[in-house]
Amino acid sequence: MPAPIRLRELIRTIRTARTQAEEREMIQKECAAIRSSFREEDNTYRCRNVAKLLYMHMLGYPAHFGQLECLKLIASQKFTDKRIGYLGAMLLLDERQDVHLLMTNCIKNDLNHSTQFVQGLALCTLGCMGSSEMCRDLAGEVEKLLKTSNSYLRKKAALCAVHVIRKVPELMEMFLPATKNLLNEKNHGVLHTSVVLLTEMCERSPDMLAHFRKNEKLVPQLVRILKNLIMSGYSPEHDVSGISDPFLQVRILRLLRILGRNDDDSSEAMNDILAQVATNTETSKNVGNAILYETVLTIMDIKSESGLRVLAINILGRFLLNNDKNIRYVALTSLLKTVQTDHNAVQRHRSTIVDCLKDLDVSIKRRAMELSFALVNGNNIRGMMKELLYFLDSCEPEFKADCASGIFLAAEKYAPSKRWHIDTIMRVLTTAGSYVRDDAVPNLIQLITNSVEIHAYTVQRLYKAILGDYSQQPLVQVAAWCIGEYGDLLVSGQCEEEEPIQVTEDEVLDILESVLISNMSTSVTRGYALTAIMKLSTRFTCTVNRIKKVVSIYGSSIDVELQQRAVEYNALFKKYDHMRSALLERMPVMEKVTTNGPTEIVQTNGETEPAPLETKPPPSGPQPTSQANDLLDLLGGNDITPVIPTAPASKPTSAGGELLDLLGDLNLTGTPAAAPTPASVPQISQPPFLLDGLSSQPLFNDITSGIPSITAYSKNGLKIEFTFERSNTNPSVTVITIQASNSTELDMTDFVFQAAVPKTFQLQLLSPSSSIVPAFNTGTITQVIKVLNPQKQQLRMRIKLTYNHKGSAMQDLAEVNNFPPQSWQ
Amino acid sequence: MSSILQMRFMLLFSRQGKLRLQKWYLATSDKERKKMVRELMQVVLARKPKMCSFLEWRDLKVVYKRYASLYFCCAIEGQDNELITLELIHRYVELLDKYFGSVCELDIIFNFEKAYFILDEFLMGGDVQDTSKKSVLKAIEQADLLQEVGVGRG
Repeated sequence: MPAPIRLRELIRTIRTARTQAEEREMIQKECAAIRSSFREEDNTYRCRNVAKLLYMHMLGYPAHFGQLECLKLIASQKFTDKRIGYLGAMLLLDERQDVHLLMTNCIKNDLNHSTQFVQGLALCTLGCMGSSEMCRDLAGEVEKLLKTSNSYLRKKAALCAVHVIRKVPELMEMFLPATKNLLNEKNHGVLHTSVVLLTEMCERSPDMLAHFRKNEKLVPQLVRILKNLIMSGYSPEHDVSGISDPFLQVRILRLLRILGRNDDDSSEAMNDILAQVATNTETSKNVGNAILYETVLTIMDIKSESGLRVLAINILGRFLLNNDKNIRYVALTSLLKTVQTDHNAVQRHRSTIVDCLKDLDVSIKRRAMELSFALVNGNNIRGMMKELLYFLDSCEPEFKADCASGIFLAAEKYAPSKRWHIDTIMRVLTTAGSYVRDDAVPNLIQLITNSVEIHAYTVQRLYKAILGDYSQQPLVQVAAWCIGEYGDLLVSGQCEEEEPIQVTEDEVLDILESVLISNMSTSVTRGYALTAIMKLSTRFTCTVNRIKKVVSIYGSSIDVELQQRAVEYNALFKKYDHMRSALLERMPVMEKVTTNGPTEIVQTNGETEPAPLETKPPPSGPQPTSQANDLLDLLGGNDITPVIPTAPASKPTSAGGELLDLLGDLNLTGTPAAAPTPASVPQISQPPFLLDGLSSQPLFNDITSGIPSITAYSKNGLKIEFTFERSNTNPSVTVITIQASNSTELDMTDFVFQAAVPKTFQLQLLSPSSSIVPAFNTGTITQVIKVLNPQKQQLRMRIKLTYNHKGSAMQDLAEVNNFPPQSWQ
Repeated sequence: MSSILQMRFMLLFSRQGKLRLQKWYLATSDKERKKMVRELMQVVLARKPKMCSFLEWRDLKVVYKRYASLYFCCAIEGQDNELITLELIHRYVELLDKYFGSVCELDIIFNFEKAYFILDEFLMGGDVQDTSKKSVLKAIEQADLLQEVGVGRG
């Protein structure tokens, strides 16, 4: 059997492979040879074979069949074998495999070996990958070695102990005695690893921390060591660019941080040394700055006096001016952490921070941006916003969304004037319009609505903005909404803030129609545009027919959303024309609502209605209470909720409030100019509707489809028909429109319709269209009833009619039982 | 703010994305290691020269520096001092340089096990064992000698 090829030979061979396939072939061949060699239990070449296997493993090839071989190498007496064996174990084994536990005994033996380098190997392996079980088994050995006078072993034992404590925190206690004199060592290796060990213990256990603070007086010891390092002369062994043992300095500073945190005495004891390090450390190279950085971190974290804190922030300020981008990065990160607590000190460095917005490195830019937003306040808003808008313009796409949001927030908090605010928003929309977050659109619309005095200015600017380019959806959406709302201001040529532009109604409709047609417009945007066009039907005078045409065209749009809207708007034109102007009225000032959740729509409706559902009479009602009581009696007891009708409308074409209610599911605020809640945005695709005064839910089905109407009452010439509508998205609500007609030859006057339903239902009666039912069926009284039927029970209703006819007062009670199943199921 | 800081792993790889050394200080499966290495190599190799030596990756901070054709890459936990990690990387390169005499990538390729031995003499569990260059090199030297001479029974 020829000797297996040497490691370097194999490496050389594999590197000659020209393709992946060739390499794989070589590897497979060699692996086969190694496998058979392992099978033969060859001791001589085991080491060489495992080494080769480790090389192939690094190339990405499987090497698990070598795991046991590593264990055999570890158990060997040859140092070479042990070295490779331990290396193999660290690379191929991990605590997930039970195999690794087989190492435990070997490690134990080697920890007690007569050669320190073997002990070192064992300590290193245990300290790098020892599992909890292994650590538990071998902690005692480690603790022993921690007390040895051999500094080579002592330093390794300290770090091994750190690993043991990380794996099995309960074992921390047993290492305590051994730490007693660790810091008296002269050897820097031991000092360094001891500080690491003490850091681990203090950080993990508050008891240990207290112990080391009080009993061991750790702080003075550390201060002494640090002082020696700084003051002592040149020590070639530990020197790095003129600084003595920077690694040790940094670890000491870190431990001081933990000791000084939340402890006045400790913090005071380290004050001087921190000031000394901060002022005396050489800053020309990275190593000095590394120490300064750690010092700053410590100063900021302990209870340092204000002078020291200012010193720290100034160091960070100087870092910002450093040519080395790494230093700038680190400074920005730290400033970001302290900006809340030391705001004024950080403000002083604002201009340097803002300059970092122009840095070439993305991480630095990002931090500079975050920090800039943290520093914006009422005093610097104008200047800062200029910089931030410039940044928004030129920054990478990954920043734009965050930057836009940040700008909006800052503008909202500190805008010096409404016009400035609108201008800023415009700038963002035109610069980064496609990156603006979805929730920005409704927020902006609300803001615009509430900036009453500059509506004309706003709509003009928005109009101009989309004239050239209507590809940025959020911008177009806001613009469309505004044009729909304030289009009249636009064509009338009023503008307070700037030169008004001349624009005709047709031109406005042109742009909105272009948005509708454009391929770039999303479905949501189209929705906005169509609704805007519709709204203009009450604001424009000469182009209503054009609007009607557009609306009817989209009634057959492939886009279901658009189609739905168009059909509804068509219905508005055809059937509900008398409501159109009220429905499309100008939006009142909105209350700020915080979150976006679907509101509890139907429940709240009743509460805010002028006609509550309880037995409380409305102020102008004609003795409803007694009538209510009557109903109660007649309908046999407690399972009936009487319903008070609203007073016959003294203002038949009343303002938005009640009529809006027809479309249901709006949260009215109970004021005469009741406004729908703007911020209910249940799904991203639906935001616009609630805002423009129309229901976000599809309007009820067209009256002639679906649910059959019934004749609820027909007697003495008075006929009352019920027609039904139900909402697709809220099937608990049924809207009944009653139509009362009079076939007699005389009018019926003072007509009042009342209704009552079983307790599981809720009922709401809206204003009737009039109180006179004209004779000869020449007209009808229309009234709307909304029924909430969450339990989907069979609808029953008691109605009471009172009217004057032929000079006498008439009254009748009836029960309506013939509701079609589709109206309640 | 936790000060328990640990280096999770160190990687050495070439500009062509060939791994030359991987030292893991936190138990990770082979599969997971491969995935992380592949991902991180991609991220680091995409960095432009003008960018700083630190980047955020997953929940870790990565400190990297290029020496000739080799990238030295350390993943540290969030609160650690990146600047001193750069010094740590530099110290390791110095050790390699002293040991191999003007070290280049080929030295690391053909003597990868030695690169590991030196690293394991310098760091343990991600922390520095000895801050003296001389001391670390002396230990390696003596251990190498032991390989030649052999060791007695334990």
